[in-house]
Amino acid sequence: MDFSISEEQSLLADSVSKFMENDYDFERRQKIAESDNGYSLELWQTFAELGWTAVPFAEDDGGLGGGPVELMLMMEQFGRGLLVEPYLANVVLAGGILRRSANAGQKSQWLAPLIEGNLQAALAFAEPQGRFNIADIKTAAKSNGKGFVLNGTKTCVLNGGNAEIIIIPARTSGEQVAEDGITLFAIPADSAGIERRAYQTVDAQQAAEITLTDVKVEAGAVLGEIGQGFKTLQDVVDEATLAVCAEAVGIMRTMHEKTVEYSKNRVQFGVPIGSFQALQHRMVESLMACEQSQSLLMWAVMLNTADSEEQQQAISAMKYQIGTAGINVAREAVQIHGGMGVTWELDISHYFKRMTAIDLLFGNADYHLDRYVQLST
Amino acid sequence: MNLDLTDDEIAFRDEVRKFLAEKYPADLRDKQDQGVALSREDTIRWQKILYEQGWFAVNWPEEYGGTGWTSIQKYLFANEMAAANAPAIIPFGVGMVAPVIYTFGSEQQKQRFLPDILASNVWWCQGYSEPGSGSDLASLKTKADRDGDHYIVNGTKTWTTLGHLADWIFCLVRTSSDVARRQEGISFLLIDMSTPGVSVKPIITIEGDREVNEVHFDDVRVPVENLVGEEGKGWTYGKVLLQHERTNTAGVARSKYRLNRLKEKTARSIHGGAPLMSDRNFARKLAATEIELKALEYTDLRTLAAVATGKAPGPESSILKIKGTEVQQSLDALFVEAAGYYALPFVPEQYVVDFPDEDRIGHGAETKSSLRYFNNRKATIYAGSNEIQKNIIAKHVLGL
Repeated sequence: MDFSISEEQSLLADSVSKFMENDYDFERRQKIAESDNGYSLELWQTFAELGWTAVPFAEDDGGLGGGPVELMLMMEQFGRGLLVEPYLANVVLAGGILRRSANAGQKSQWLAPLIEGNLQAALAFAEPQGRFNIADIKTAAKSNGKGFVLNGTKTCVLNGGNAEIIIIPARTSGEQVAEDGITLFAIPADSAGIERRAYQTVDAQQAAEITLTDVKVEAGAVLGEIGQGFKTLQDVVDEATLAVCAEAVGIMRTMHEKTVEYSKNRVQFGVPIGSFQALQHRMVESLMACEQSQSLLMWAVMLNTADSEEQQQAISAMKYQIGTAGINVAREAVQIHGGMGVTWELDISHYFKRMTAIDLLFGNADYHLDRYVQLST
Repeated sequence: MNLDLTDDEIAFRDEVRKFLAEKYPADLRDKQDQGVALSREDTIRWQKILYEQGWFAVNWPEEYGGTGWTSIQKYLFANEMAAANAPAIIPFGVGMVAPVIYTFGSEQQKQRFLPDILASNVWWCQGYSEPGSGSDLASLKTKADRDGDHYIVNGTKTWTTLGHLADWIFCLVRTSSDVARRQEGISFLLIDMSTPGVSVKPIITIEGDREVNEVHFDDVRVPVENLVGEEGKGWTYGKVLLQHERTNTAGVARSKYRLNRLKEKTARSIHGGAPLMSDRNFARKLAATEIELKALEYTDLRTLAAVATGKAPGPESSILKIKGTEVQQSLDALFVEAAGYYALPFVPEQYVVDFPDEDRIGHGAETKSSLRYFNNRKATIYAGSNEIQKNIIAKHVLGL
């Protein structure tokens, strides 16, 4: 059992942390978020040059062969800096599907440029009626002999507005919530019949509602086996869940640290408000929540087991922790910052919004506590 | 980063299992499993078995008879001990006064006291709290006035756990009132309980048992050689002790054992009804506690890993105390909930060995769940209440 990270991992964490600290201050982040694109394609190129977009991919595919530890280290730092660039959507979600399901031709067509930072992609994992159940898929793909015709609606497609390729899980057979019968399609976003309504989310990420009306694709658009896409989809969403939990731990720590600092400087009644026991104990609760969350995160990352139920349980435990303890840390940070905590001007409110979004992404605390219980029995 | 155990660690774990299978006496095992309180002799017998194995003073330096184990070995050992439901070690000697003696005591004190602690020949208890000094420990009034080669001790200590079974007591006493800070007049004194003037009076606690006591000192003459370290430095030594105590009070391994028992118990039908785990509300509460405990297990391991690199347990140990006791109390409450009506009968006489099953009310230790729940409300109060722990963290970790 070893809690330490390797020298290479430490270098990676330092590289991301230095960048976020020196080149991604809050003011710059806000400017980027308010730009037309919502994130910086120029910075995305820089990330590619730094090798970040290659981290989780196999060396044979042109990646760096990183695993869950590397992903955790990067995401924690992205959380600290409130990154708006679509690392999650592009690399973890879309890249995660391509890495697992794409054949050699598809990899050179889509994965290689994605790793090089030249392709924006998205995974449409949610439908309006499905809430957090990723198997609830009404979008239908009907065979038309040489290919498929897709019809349906996808919601909250992260990076969906800017993506050049959208991965669409669609039903080729089975009931609406069946795990069997789900097929993954990689579809160019400019295909006829795709309508995108792009928007910014409350946490300054980019997303889109996407409707597919008689979208025709060739058989070469299918990623992996027909009807067998669910396992891959589940694995990728689980990995992305762990990734946002790592991001959330970075956010929690940052919010907590900023709050303690603020309480030392903010003077009321002639003394720093940090001298009040009522506030001290709440900040201690936040510290403990950070430590407990960090511990669970390390466990879930290190577990990395072949037993997928055990791994899923660890991820659900972690996500439940973020949706409860993490949300508490965020709320306390805003409360202790007082009026400043609810201004647009101060970063605290933006961290708060990202935490709120992370709780909802891929299933909130209640959803994951139920999944945890189901996996135990 | 990885969770793998090395071959040596697996071999060690198996060795502990083998030891428990062979050396854990069946009569003690029965008592433990039936929820029967162990006698003084039972506890000493078990501690001597561990001593003979060389596994009693897990955390001591090897030169005094410690194990020299790594933090992972200690973790594995605690897990196996708890999984076998082996009796808890009484911590006052081995876990509390001994680290103060081997860290701050004289050579003569080490030679005089440590071997008897190691062999469980002497039972120690703790004299910290006083009737007027609970959370505000530094306000303590028990006086030790110098008289030649002796201190004359007068005062009252309270909440003295198992003081009625103890041979010796370690005390924080006031040796000077003429100091700038109250803490500076406090000294760390070892007192033989058989000295004239020492008297022990029971305090019956919420569950109806005698676990704690008041200890009175009436002109008790204590040789100056029983002073540990320097006069007036007792507060510093006492704090070190408390940090050891808090690290030990997390009780992760024991909570894991209890959680597993509770899961087993509630997964099957008792008294012919539906298994409680099929109740979604209960299942969710149990799951939330399990997740908190899993987090604590790794917080504990991270702390142990830090200590292994040479750091003494610092103020972070307060986090373990707070979270550990919170988890314990969550489990206590879930056991009561699981027992339902059978948490209500107050029949202490059925907790003896070989109580006839047909006369027993409730199933197994069911009715004991409420007594344990009542008793363990102490956990968030003792060793510095959880609010005091938060004060410590606020000051020493957050710098507030």
